[in-house]
Parts: sequence; C-alpha cells; structure tokens
Amino acid sequence: MSTESLRATDITKSFGNISALSGISLHVNKGEVLGILGDNGAGKSTLMKIITGYHKPTSGQMFINGEAVTLTSVDHARSLGIECVYQDLALVNTLPIYHNMFLNRELRNRFGMLDHGAMRKRAAAALDDIGVQVPSVDDEVAMLSGGQRQAIAIARAVYSNAKILLLDEPLAAMGAREAGLIIDLIQRQQARGDISIIMIMHNYAQTLEIADRIMMMQRGTVTFEGNARDTSVEALLDIVRREYRAMRAAAQ
Amino acid sequence: MSATTLTFRQRGTKLLALREASIIVVALVLVIYFSVVNANFLTGPNLQTLSQFIAPSAIIACGEIMLLICGEIDLSVGQIFALAPFIMAFTDHAGLGMFVGFVFAMIVSALVGLINGAITVLLKVPSFVTTLGTLFLINGFTLTVSKGYPINTPGGQTMANIFGAAGYNEFLWAVLIVVIMHVVLRHRRWGLHTIAVGGNLTGATEAGINAARIKIGNFMLTSMLGGITGILEAFRIGSTDPLAGGTNIMFLAVASGVIGGTSLAGGSGTIIGGLIGATVLGVLQDGFTLQGINAFTFDMIIGAAILIAMIANIHVGRLNRGGRS
Ligand SMILES: Nc1ncnc2c1ncn2[C@@H]1O[C@H](COP(=O)(O)OP(=O)(O)OP(=O)(O)O)[C@@H](O)[C@H]1O
Ligand SMILES: [Mg+2]
Repeated sequence: MSTESLRATDITKSFGNISALSGISLHVNKGEVLGILGDNGAGKSTLMKIITGYHKPTSGQMFINGEAVTLTSVDHARSLGIECVYQDLALVNTLPIYHNMFLNRELRNRFGMLDHGAMRKRAAAALDDIGVQVPSVDDEVAMLSGGQRQAIAIARAVYSNAKILLLDEPLAAMGAREAGLIIDLIQRQQARGDISIIMIMHNYAQTLEIADRIMMMQRGTVTFEGNARDTSVEALLDIVRREYRAMRAAAQ
Repeated sequence: MSATTLTFRQRGTKLLALREASIIVVALVLVIYFSVVNANFLTGPNLQTLSQFIAPSAIIACGEIMLLICGEIDLSVGQIFALAPFIMAFTDHAGLGMFVGFVFAMIVSALVGLINGAITVLLKVPSFVTTLGTLFLINGFTLTVSKGYPINTPGGQTMANIFGAAGYNEFLWAVLIVVIMHVVLRHRRWGLHTIAVGGNLTGATEAGINAARIKIGNFMLTSMLGGITGILEAFRIGSTDPLAGGTNIMFLAVASGVIGGTSLAGGSGTIIGGLIGATVLGVLQDGFTLQGINAFTFDMIIGAAILIAMIANIHVGRLNRGGRS
C-alpha cells in the first residue's frame, strides 16, 4: 500500500523572461525515495524551492496528503512537514553549530529565552547519532570543512521530524566515508516508512542505489520517469544522449 | 567527547575572552593614564561628566550594533535625536502633557525607522543612501518646525532629574538599555535572527526567517533609541536644540560599536562591546578635554582610534575563526 504525500502538477516558474520550469509534474509516496537527475540549470533547485515555499510558482498546483495547498511562506511549508537541505546549505557562518542546527526552530524556556543548553545537548546528540564528527557544537560553522557543513545541514533537516524531506545534492562535498554515513541515514529514515524523500543527485549509480524512483529533468521539463529497478545507468545516459542530439538537431 | 573537543573549545573561549578583554584593557589603560597625568580625572564631578559623555553614544550604539549585525546602518539617527524632544515639547505646549508628548515622540521615531527600513528592504535602496536622504529630510523638518531656535525643555526639575539631569541617572538609563539589548541579542530569537540575517541573508530566508521584518524592526528600534537619547539629553541640558545630536552622535555611536568589536560586514557583534567602545571614546574625549587639547586634535585621535580598533577587530577576529577570513 502506498499513500501519496506530495503531488505537484504542471508547475511553471519564470524569473522575468527566463523560464526555469515549463510544466513539471511529480509525486512521491510515503516511505519512498525519489531521485531527481538533470543537467546544470535544468531547474531542479528551483523546483525544490517551490516545494519549500521559498519561491511562488508562476502556475501549477501542489497537493499534500491529497489536499490542494498554496504555500505562502517557508514557515507554512515547514508547518506541513516539508524540510529542505538547500544546495547552498543555508548555514550561517558566524553562528555556532548548535544555533545553526536549530535555526528558526529555536528551543526556548518558559520565559521565552533561548535555551542554549538544551540546543547544545540535542545538537551534539544528533550529530553523534549520525556519526558526524565535529570538534564542538560551540564552534562557528565557518570553521568546518565542506563535508562537515553539509552533514550539519542534513542533520538539521532530518532531526526536525520532516514528513517530506528534500535534499538538493546532499553528497556533493562528501568524502566516501561521510557519503556512506549520509546514505545510511537516508535509508534509516526511509525505513521508518512515514517519510517521503526527494533527492537531487548528479551521480547516476549512487542515485540508482538509493532511490526507488528516478526522474530526469532537462531545461525545465521532465524527460524520464520510472522505477529505479527497471532502469540502468546506461539506459539513463542513452536518454540524455538522445535529448542532446534532438536539441542539436533543433538548433540547426 | 574526545580530547580534541576540549582543546578546541578551550581555545575558542580563551580567544573570545581575549577579544573582549583587550577592549577593556584599552579602556583601563586610558583611565590609568589620564588619572596619572591629571589629578582631576578621578574625581566625583569629572566621573559624572564622563558618564554623560558615554551615555548617549552607548544607547544609540545599541541600535546601530543591531543594524550593523543585520547588514545595515542608520545615518539619520542623530536627526531623530534632535526631532524627538521637539515633538515632546510641542505636544506639551499644546496642553496634552509630557507623557503624551513622549508617546508621540516615540511614535514619530518608530515611523521614521519604519520609513528607513521599508525604503531599504522593500525598495532595495542601500541603507547608507536611504538614511542619508532621511538625515537631510528630518534635519530640514526639525529646523522648520523649530524655526531654528532652541527652546527650554518643558517639565519640572524632578522629571528632568529622573530622566538624566541628576547625578549618574542618564548613565543608569544607558546601562539599563544596554542590559536589555544584550539579552535581546544573546538570549532572544530576535537577536539570533538578526545575526542570521546579517551572516547569510539567503540562508536565513531559506530557513524561513522573515528578513524584512528583522531589518525593519531594527531600523525602528534604532530610531526610537535615537529619540529616547535626544529626550534624555534635552532633560539633562535643559534646552531642546534643533542642532543637537546630528551626525556627530551618530558617528560616535557607530564608532563605539566598531571599537567594541562589531563587524561592519554584518553577522557578528556585541552590545557589551558597544558600551566599552563608548567608554573608550568617552574617556578619550573627557581626558583630552581636561588636558586642554582642542577639538581638532581630538578628531584626529578619534580617527586613529577607530582605525586601530578596526584593524585589531579584523585580525583578532580572523585568529578567532581559526585563520579563515
Ligand atoms: N532567483 C533566480 N533569478 C533568476 N534566475 C534564476 C533564479 N534561480 C534560478 N534561476 C535560473 O533558473 C534556471 C534553473 O536554475 P536551477 O538552480 O533550478 O538549476 P539546477 O537544475 O538546480 O542546476 P544545478 O545542477 O547547477 O544546481 C537557471 O537558468 C537559472 O539561471
Ligand atoms: Mg541546483
């Protein structure tokens, strides 16, 4: 039994006269990992930012758990359980790790004051749990390596009780060991069964390994959608080559 | 937790402590220097004068520090300083009383902050330019309504004493505001989000923080602190002067923040540092006045102090972040 948690239909988005998305539809079920592949500039991040309420779509409709919603803000999307690890990570360099982990979701005591102690403790526990090593949660994020920064951003999203988790190139800066840890973390989340994960990736083999379903995008449109187990790296590359030839032919 | 964890943390706190301590040390050295070269420095009357030098820039610095942290600046705050006490006085003259006058002055100050913030955030004009514009606008307005003449600050002596005329009262108001703002910056979401917005505007917005609200709020706060300071000074001096405050107090406030360790690049700063910065500037000003050094020389010294503080700020800050710029 698979219940759908998110559906987006005919999403378009223009920035001035640049059309970033021209009619994209996608859906994802509970307990499912959807992998999105596509060229640079295909519109993948833009699509994520529409799902998180960061951008308003030019047209199109979103449904969450079957209900039509029009997102008014990032907070609105968050209140519906949508969390995102943005490609730029959305970390504040001048804040310590534990403040970044709780950014805009700060723990407060009954006087409305920030509960630094509780945030410190929970941030350290969360990172420990994943196996991410940082010197101290009191360190400014500026001191961390690219992979550590990415791990902080992922830990933040995962430990927020997301129902729909969006990951925009989560393994981009990861070493092999860390990538393994994150893949493990993603698969543990998936095993819970109640979370839907959409991840944007560039590595085809890795995507096929983690994702249940694959979607490929090019220049704002969907060029392929199918089950991961029914396709292969070769087949996917073929589609890309075919698209590329068609594009060249059209240009001539 | 491993051993490296501890050493990292200890190194971090040590350097942080060093960074704030270095400003306090500068302040202490100056105090010692002036008390040695001038017997009048450490006397009751002079300390009172000194506290009156410090208070206005310390209060306004609280606002400017919040703005600098979120990546903005307010050049017009010295003009609100002049306008607010006039609004209070005129309201009183109209028979509505001092309290209503104070409330009106605060409403007008907040409105000016709202205008500064809205033009900066919504119309995307850099705050340097926005507030340069409102600086002239408000100055012209104050000169027009006052016809360019100072008037006596209304209200009785008791009221004047409470609001800054007597003893260290103005300084105590400043300390109260500094404590409140320190708590806001370090222990409230508002302060954390102010740092986030200045440290990474896009990231903060992606995390769902309403950056426009934070920035506009801090513009309103700064204007209101400017208005409050103008009113305190009007009470202390006894006259309400259209030329009071101005760019001089604004620059002193910004300099206090910067000397205290607030980054002009946004994303970090301390309120306590601002108070210490204001103290350093106050001690310099008061000390050199006692020495009989003239205003021109004083400006050169302030200029050099700001440069040295900025250089130290950038380089000590870099050390603190483990060598990354
Ligand atoms: N805020 C913006 N303003 C204007 N154009 C934008 C904006 N954001 C994205 N675009 C444009 O939209 C298109 C899609 O960008 P997007 O970032 O979604 O691509 P992507 O598929 O995530 O690429 P990559 O793999 O490089 O991350 C690009 O042409 C980009 O220039
Ligand atoms: Mg992208």
